[in-house]
Amino acid sequence: MLMTADARESSHSAPAQKAKRDIYLPPARKTVTGGGTAHISAKEFSVYYGEFEAVKKVSADILSKYVTAIIGPSGCGKSTFLRAINRMNDLIPSCHTSGTLLFDGDDIYGKFTDEVLLRKKVGMVFQKPNPFPKSIFDNIAYGPRLHGMNDKKQLMEIVERSLRKAAIWDEVCDRLDKNALGLSGGQQQRLCVARTLAVEPEVLLLDEPTSALDPKATAKIEDLIQELRGSYTIMIVTHNMQQASRVSDSTLFFYEGVLVEHAPTAQLFTNPKDPITEDYITGRFS
Amino acid sequence: MNIGTRKILDRSFTALGIGSIVVMAMALLIVLVPIVTNGISAVFFTGTVEHRKMLLHEFKRGGSETLTSEIATSDRYRSKVYDMLTRFETELDKMEPEKKREYKEKYSQVKTALQALLGPLPGDPAPMLTRFKYGQTRWEKAEEKVHDLLYESKWDNSDPNVMSKEYFVSRALGFQGTSLAPMFPYVSENLENMLIPGFTVYWGFITDSSVDSHFFGGIWPEIQGTFFLAVGAMLFAFPLGVIAAVYFTEYAKPGFFNSLLRSANSTLAGVPSIVFGMFGLAFFINTLKVSESKSVLAGALTLAIMILPTIIRAAEEAILAVPKTYREASLSLGSTKWNTIATVILPAALPGILTGGVISLGRAAGETAPIIFTAAVSVGSAIGLADVFSSPTPALSWNIYNLASEHEAASQIRHVQYGMVLALVSVVLLLNLSAIVLRARISKKLKG
Ligand SMILES: Nc1ncnc2c1ncn2[C@@H]1O[C@H](COP(=O)(O)OP(=O)(O)OP(=O)(O)O)[C@@H](O)[C@H]1O
Ligand SMILES: [Mg+2]
Repeated sequence: MLMTADARESSHSAPAQKAKRDIYLPPARKTVTGGGTAHISAKEFSVYYGEFEAVKKVSADILSKYVTAIIGPSGCGKSTFLRAINRMNDLIPSCHTSGTLLFDGDDIYGKFTDEVLLRKKVGMVFQKPNPFPKSIFDNIAYGPRLHGMNDKKQLMEIVERSLRKAAIWDEVCDRLDKNALGLSGGQQQRLCVARTLAVEPEVLLLDEPTSALDPKATAKIEDLIQELRGSYTIMIVTHNMQQASRVSDSTLFFYEGVLVEHAPTAQLFTNPKDPITEDYITGRFS
Repeated sequence: MNIGTRKILDRSFTALGIGSIVVMAMALLIVLVPIVTNGISAVFFTGTVEHRKMLLHEFKRGGSETLTSEIATSDRYRSKVYDMLTRFETELDKMEPEKKREYKEKYSQVKTALQALLGPLPGDPAPMLTRFKYGQTRWEKAEEKVHDLLYESKWDNSDPNVMSKEYFVSRALGFQGTSLAPMFPYVSENLENMLIPGFTVYWGFITDSSVDSHFFGGIWPEIQGTFFLAVGAMLFAFPLGVIAAVYFTEYAKPGFFNSLLRSANSTLAGVPSIVFGMFGLAFFINTLKVSESKSVLAGALTLAIMILPTIIRAAEEAILAVPKTYREASLSLGSTKWNTIATVILPAALPGILTGGVISLGRAAGETAPIIFTAAVSVGSAIGLADVFSSPTPALSWNIYNLASEHEAASQIRHVQYGMVLALVSVVLLLNLSAIVLRARISKKLKG
């Protein structure tokens, strides 16, 4: 794969807990090849629920193949921003946007944008694991089938590859025909990741993917993100700042709908420019 | 609240709950027991040789050899009765005119009672109606008829202040001193020999057509008619209802038109079924002319309109109960809205939709009023599948009503009516039971 066992090991060696800032030391990471261009870029982008402006004039470039974390206090618009990228906000009738949000240079909210095609390229994993009430196999095969794949053998290959990528193959390979709701929460979440990967998206949006999981399952998901880094553009919303520092290359800090700071993760956590950011990461307000 | 009172409250609520369930079970038993016991007597009963004769002649069923010997035995005993009749007739001829008139009247009553009991007497012209071709086919009926033969019923209305009362006078007394007098004790003593009662299991009640408007035979045309009507109604109403529910829940924009449609739907659910019957006649038959007159098609359409609101509501509720997360998951994988509905939402809502469907199916099977003017006839043979567009059909619900209130000899064939009631109750219960099983199965599959 993309990463040696050693590198993975080192990415999890817990940093010393003495000084508050020390825990945000960036872990050793593999180098990313071929990435670094602006995959998603927002310009003066706002999202409204009716009159209420939940995301305020955000401008930022999300680099391809890197991991970008979004942090900020509850209700600051992290999910709203994330869901704007694959237009999941379309489900909320009162929701509308202004400014521009580009994906590969195309306007996501453009007149001729096909949101179905967009969502195929921009996959999403939600806060609560949400497998379909179908078999594990059918869950993973759902996306490929949707996009016209019907060959049994090829489907099986895709299912295995996706489950392996999501590091859950060994746990479920002997019960692919069992209902996915019978899995544990952590397994379900990795299944959801696998289901998203099966569609072969370019971008992975993760909205607090580990908030419902125990530390062990959380570690597995974080491992997974490290594995996928370099192959996908990943955006992860998290309330856990250690997690953000462990998995991400750059971080966006939102506060009351405003993008306060956007910097390389190491820099943002060790040397924040804005006093609000500093207050937040040092835990001076909740 | 202290723990003591809390416990007492808990217990009393439990007791209340159990109590109400017990009361409900008792009520159900009180209704079901007579239905079942009476209904079963249509299939399991003590049949006479007349029943076996009827089966052989009308349905070509039963062993003819044993029957021949049975008929021989019964004829041997019956011939004595017939001999006594001939002897009395010659005696009657020789009587004085005064006496002759008096006896003739009584004698014709005796003959009628005997015909009802044993079938046509020797020398009678062959009856036109099948019901007069045979004597009593059921033993309990035969016992009633013997009573009619032995006793004349009279009404005592001497006292104008009270209701007139029925009382019985022995016919034997009326014929005392004539050659007919010994006939009465003879018949009552040899009834078993003349009718040869035996335990009978008549499954044909379910699978046979009726003969001579339900005097003999079974209720297959009614069962089949009920089946055609209910399933036909379902074929129209189920897809339409589910599509409407999908529209209401997924596509309709909230607004005046939408709330108008919804309240119209709710109102429709409360409309009395007879109104649907009239509507079916006026709209489907008179206006649309789906058939020239009553037909299964018109009836099924009418029933479909009647159950449509229920199906829509059940489906709406089932669809709304599907977690939002399924929809999000599917859409985020690049699924279209329609595909999400078809592959995720509807399968997850299926148990609820099916439950609503089968409950409606039971209702369609049981309703009488909507088919009175649109599909039902009181007697008729089972129709073929190709005839559903043009032919009316008998149906259980309507024929129960008909047998209870409009049949010219309803009291003679109560067992048929009870049998129909049991059949209808069984059909509806079976449908509801299958709904429960189906629902449990699908839910289990969905829950993993
Ligand atoms: N469907 C909605 N309708 C109206 N307002 C909404 C809706 N969803 C979110 N909001 C509002 O938009 C703001 C941002 O919400 P959002 O869910 O994006 O916050 P968040 O940063 O993800 O918070 P959390 O960390 O708690 O998940 C909040 O003030 C919230 O009340
Ligand atoms: Mg959120």
